[in-house]
Amino acid sequence: MGTLSRADVAHVAHLARLGLREEELARLEGELNHILDQYAILARLATDAIPPTAQTIALENILREDVARPSLPVDVALGNAPDRQGDHLVVPAILGGDGGGG
Amino acid sequence: MPDLASTRLAAHEMAARLRAGSVSSRELTEAHLAAAEAGNHALNAWLVIDRDAALAAAAAADARIAAARADGSAALAALHPLCGVPVGLKDLVTVSGGQCTAGSRILDGYVAPFDAHVTERLRDAGAVIAGKLNMDEFAMGSSTEHSAYGPTANPWDLERVPGGSSGGSAAAVAARHVPLAIGTDTGGSIRQPAALCGIVGLKPTYGRVSRYGIVAFASSLDQVGPLARDARDAALLLHAIAGRDRRDATSAPVPVPEELLALPASDDEAAASLRGVRLGLPREYFVAGMEPGVEARVRDAVAAFEAAGATIVDVSLPHTEYGLAAYYIVAPAEASANLARYDGVRYGHAVRGGDVLGSYLASRGTGFGPEVKRRIMLGTYALSAGYYDAYYLKAQKVRTLIKGDFDTAFAAGVDALVAPTSPFVAWPLGAKLADPVAMYLSDACTLPVNLAGLPGISVPCGLSDGLPVGLQLIGPAWSEARLLALARAYEGVTAGAPWRRLEPPGLVAIDPAGPTPARRAIALPGGHHR
Repeated sequence: MGTLSRADVAHVAHLARLGLREEELARLEGELNHILDQYAILARLATDAIPPTAQTIALENILREDVARPSLPVDVALGNAPDRQGDHLVVPAILGGDGGGG
Repeated sequence: MPDLASTRLAAHEMAARLRAGSVSSRELTEAHLAAAEAGNHALNAWLVIDRDAALAAAAAADARIAAARADGSAALAALHPLCGVPVGLKDLVTVSGGQCTAGSRILDGYVAPFDAHVTERLRDAGAVIAGKLNMDEFAMGSSTEHSAYGPTANPWDLERVPGGSSGGSAAAVAARHVPLAIGTDTGGSIRQPAALCGIVGLKPTYGRVSRYGIVAFASSLDQVGPLARDARDAALLLHAIAGRDRRDATSAPVPVPEELLALPASDDEAAASLRGVRLGLPREYFVAGMEPGVEARVRDAVAAFEAAGATIVDVSLPHTEYGLAAYYIVAPAEASANLARYDGVRYGHAVRGGDVLGSYLASRGTGFGPEVKRRIMLGTYALSAGYYDAYYLKAQKVRTLIKGDFDTAFAAGVDALVAPTSPFVAWPLGAKLADPVAMYLSDACTLPVNLAGLPGISVPCGLSDGLPVGLQLIGPAWSEARLLALARAYEGVTAGAPWRRLEPPGLVAIDPAGPTPARRAIALPGGHHR
């Protein structure tokens, strides 16, 4: 299957929103390719006619009554917020400013 | 220091003494806290030893037992057997008002605002929660060396790993800091450390125990389960935590068998139950790469089953060799999605990096450790455009084949499968850290069971070069009571074996001023990798 270049590794890190240092990217390039080599064994199996398994127990359509239940009070729900203003979480501006919104 | 003799008791023996009034939960709890506090410097099994909460829970349990005794024998019998018994929790189970790091820096300082389902059930039973146990970060690892809070040592040899990811749970139970602990098992993380520490560990059927309040790793594979020093105790803990919970839609409405509370006390009675049992020996689990000492102990155990009247049949699980690759696609893919929630906005480690994107990159880049980053990268790649069919879909199809192998074996009339738990005994700290694939291989015999959603148990079956070997029993879905009965039967058959009386040598003389596991690891070959 695929071989990852350094640029591919950097692209995947961006998709995963992981800020990695150069030495981490270099190490991951070798490690990920070594792990991907192990995946090649799967190509030996003909699976066109095999359905995928996403879950192993025969449960479906788990429903509940659509009724309000108590939930966490706002103060408790916000209790771990790194930065907070009143009942709101504080994050850097998404629109305008330094272009984070793309 | 209090008398530590009670830390040698099994939980079911504690239950009997608590009801007889010959010991109090306070005395038991004091003894176990003292053992944990004395031993933790050398083991680093505990991230939190919560003395105050444990003693408060013990006082409440003593009051419940006293009230029940005043009400008569029926009230006493109605108490759960774990009332007043100390239990440890892997540090990915939430306890309201307490830390829940999942072994990660990214959850450093997080305070859980609610109890997990298993925490509630343990409180309802009257169990005494003694604290939180070390683990590989987000349960990703097989050695507990991927904890942000330092490695845990194996009580059988302080220079070796306890296995993982529930290594703190296994080490604490083996070292008699608690008779019972909760772990989680996504690819072997209960069974493999149980094997390496010489104790019992059960991974229940997917859906048997609610995952509400458990930090998620791979949601189609994760299960919560017990670690204990014998089968009866594991059954009691499973009984306390199992069953449907409306807050986890994947927890199944399957009745919890009451037989879990009634495994035979008599070794002979337990052993006699093996007559007529059919056990399958999957030939693909006895492959090159397994340590000869491990294979010898497992074959001894198979011979013991046969001598006691069980029929051993050869079976084939032909897709076993594809399990590792399928697992290391499915689990990282699910992990990469689950761990997207750690963004430094609502909770957890937060580093401001200019704009929102920069803050995500900085928070996640500095909050996650190397193994978690590796798996997020693998999973993100496997799910990315153009690769989904080649990796994730392919792996899910292979999962169908692996599950089909087990279904075929059980449909042919096999009651359970017998296999090694880990191909290796505990290895030296650091020995596999530089080679992720070598580390992954230690789960080759356990992860197919997770892919198929089945229950599996590891029980001690002797020593190889002085280190514990685990025997794995695998059953059809919802067969936990049968697996525990088989484990109990094996205990009965081997009750006279000399190795049954051995205990971790480290317990005798743990030097309170000696090196921590982290210091030992640095001094060993390979220590420079960390």
